[in-house]
Amino acid sequence: MMLLFYLAAAIALISTVAVILQSNVVHALLYLILSLLAVAVIFYTFGAPFAAMLEAIVYAGAIMVLFLFVIMMLNLGKKSVEQERSWLTGKIWIGPVIMAAALLVQLLNVVRQQQAEVAVSQVGVREVGMALFGPYVLAVEIASILLLAGLVGAYHLAKK
Amino acid sequence: MRWEVGSALNIVSILLVVVVIAAMLIWVERRLLGIWQERLGPNRVGPLGLLQVVADMLKIFTKEDWTPPFADKFSFILAPAIIMTVVLMSFSVIPFAPGVGIIDSNIGVLFVLAMASLGAYSVMLGGLSSDNKYALLGSLRAAAQMVSYEVFMGISLLGIVALTGSFNLREIVQAQADGWYVFPQIIGFIIFLIAGVAESHRLPFDIPEAEQEICAGYHTEYSGMKFGMFFVGEYLGLVLISSLITALFFGGWLGPGFLPPIFWFALKASFFVAFFILMRAAIPRPRYDQLMRYGWLFLLPLSLVNLLVTGAVILAGSGG
Repeated sequence: MMLLFYLAAAIALISTVAVILQSNVVHALLYLILSLLAVAVIFYTFGAPFAAMLEAIVYAGAIMVLFLFVIMMLNLGKKSVEQERSWLTGKIWIGPVIMAAALLVQLLNVVRQQQAEVAVSQVGVREVGMALFGPYVLAVEIASILLLAGLVGAYHLAKK
Repeated sequence: MRWEVGSALNIVSILLVVVVIAAMLIWVERRLLGIWQERLGPNRVGPLGLLQVVADMLKIFTKEDWTPPFADKFSFILAPAIIMTVVLMSFSVIPFAPGVGIIDSNIGVLFVLAMASLGAYSVMLGGLSSDNKYALLGSLRAAAQMVSYEVFMGISLLGIVALTGSFNLREIVQAQADGWYVFPQIIGFIIFLIAGVAESHRLPFDIPEAEQEICAGYHTEYSGMKFGMFFVGEYLGLVLISSLITALFFGGWLGPGFLPPIFWFALKASFFVAFFILMRAAIPRPRYDQLMRYGWLFLLPLSLVNLLVTGAVILAGSGG
């Protein structure tokens, strides 16, 4: 399980970096899908198979399809690849790299202080359902209201 | 949590049998269509034309595999591989018979749905990378169709999951010992059947590749074995949907004891394969907007009502 975790984590990291570096937007999107699938595997190794499957169905399977759908409509050709490449120059990297390095140092510090082993416990579908419709029912309802607002907004825009 | 992995022999033999059956379906479909349309179909090569498959395979393997220079090479090659991979992965959770199956997973139904939703990328990338207007139109249609019908496909199965109390396909089959789920879940079955045809984009829902309107849709630019993979992938999808219907609604391998369980499974699954082929011969293709309207305005409310009623019945049965 530990090997599986490190493998999936490495794939997730590399593909996420590739999303940023890739100048072809479709390839970048494919790397993002790969990264999401790797995160699903990480969820699975942490004992959350339901979350893993939802990650694959909702993020990799549904939301990214819509992204790809929009890209198809935009008709981005070779010109956009060159434009992306011209934007991604060496100078642009300095600021983000410094800030990301600071965050990395903090993160490593936190991880180092945490001595206790993370206990991996299995959380099945039933437990997730009980939690969602038990103590967290209010959050579920609020999320559904948010989704409904998005739906009404999309309907309004399409109607115009 | 159980996540048992079958032996290597089990895995290899199931994969081989499934792929060979999918290839044989090319011949089966043409012969059956021939019978129903009062003609003969391919009957020249070998006994009953059985070797037609071999001839077709030889032809498709030796054909020139041309990648258009204007295509996006990476996604162009990736697209046909995705469809084969996700469909074959879905077969890993199908329980064919007691002891025959690859993975006995507690999230089997969800796994199949996840693979089905990843399958949409195959047709989308195929059309997008071809850089051809017919291919793009085809893959736009495919994307909308697959994303929409995936929703009803998932919801139509929730009734069964609620009745069994498990996402495990093997437990779902075992729970049908007293009666097939097709009777209490008849609405779920019909919705799953329709959504299944739409997901595997076969006629009458082959709108992404409707050859009379948009050439061959998303695989217009494909040739050789890359086209062959789309083609076999479609037949694999047909076998998968038939196997899923058998396992989920018709008691899987369960049947009277005079035949071994695997035969019952094969018998039921081949009945549905033949049914899908007959459907192709009998029903004309709807228009694209009709398909969408039908899905969102009719199938979605129906599947939600089905889920609501199933939940209410379970709640009433358990005494509150």
